Amino acid sequence: MIWWAILAASVGCYLLKLAGLAVPASVLARPWVSRVADLIPVALLSALVAVQVAAGTDADGDQILVADARLAGLACAVVLLLARAPFLVVVVGSAAVAALLRAV
Amino acid sequence: MTRDQVGAVDPHDAAARRAVIGDSLGVGIATGLYGVSFGAVAVASGLSVAQTCVLSLLMFTGASQFALVGVVGAGGAPFAGTATALLLGARNTLYGLRMAPLLGWRGGRRAAAAHVLIDESTAMALDRPTRELTRLGFLTTGVSVLVLWNLFTLLGALAGTTLGDPRDYGLDAAVGAAFLALLWPRLREPGNARIALLAAALALAVVPFTPAGLPVLLAGSVAVLIGILIGGGHARPSEVQP
Repeated sequence: MIWWAILAASVGCYLLKLAGLAVPASVLARPWVSRVADLIPVALLSALVAVQVAAGTDADGDQILVADARLAGLACAVVLLLARAPFLVVVVGSAAVAALLRAV
Repeated sequence: MTRDQVGAVDPHDAAARRAVIGDSLGVGIATGLYGVSFGAVAVASGLSVAQTCVLSLLMFTGASQFALVGVVGAGGAPFAGTATALLLGARNTLYGLRMAPLLGWRGGRRAAAAHVLIDESTAMALDRPTRELTRLGFLTTGVSVLVLWNLFTLLGALAGTTLGDPRDYGLDAAVGAAFLALLWPRLREPGNARIALLAAALALAVVPFTPAGLPVLLAGSVAVLIGILIGGGHARPSEVQP
């Protein structure tokens, strides 16, 4: 199941790239298309941040909101991004904060 | 930066080529290195080393890869992960529209170039004074990211399998940080921060009522729709014109 999802997404992502290089620009070169393309990553990535940091599962396996060490990790990421730290430093820094909180 | 100076240099000058190659390799190395975090996170989310490496090799577009892994790791249906990855991958189509006339490739070369059409290769190819330098920036960045991203994905995945419980190392928190770091540069655009907050709030609001994987798709789609309805004035047609 996961393999099929991986292969379908991989083929799809490649075709999306190829379409951009192969389709005549006039087909998609409209202002609202570029606005949508601009908004999709903003909306999806921020929703992913929220779910990744605050969603968990209860004893029945249902989704619930949880506040745990991941929130502190995200706060650390915000501080590092404001300080213009590189990607890897942001990721490792927030992991370290969450790990440290869990260890004490 | 040297990128800004390239326009003033004789395009046939070897120095211009060296500057493009140097800048592109710099971006390629910096980007490729964080493949290690993708590898570790993917394995921590329950993917095998082989599945992780196939994603980097075949999908090869970072945000989509992290998205698929994030949704699957949170217990979502694999095809909810596919849908999220495809939506995020759609921005590469726009890059392609912009790059096609600048690169001027057809047939097999175009099909091969499509694989390395990503954020970084587009950024390092735009605004070059000649087609030769455009292609040079595009290929040097794309191929160096491709090679290093895959190499470091493998290293991260192998390291991830020997770590034990990924939560002890805060790897679950690292996924959220990775998404935020990918999102960060886009928040400077006017209106985008509001849409980001709206999407995050919507996603959290529906978490208790939906199966894993759906909150991101639901909140993402609704936020984009609202963004179009309220923010039509921010369209930037120049973005898709060469």
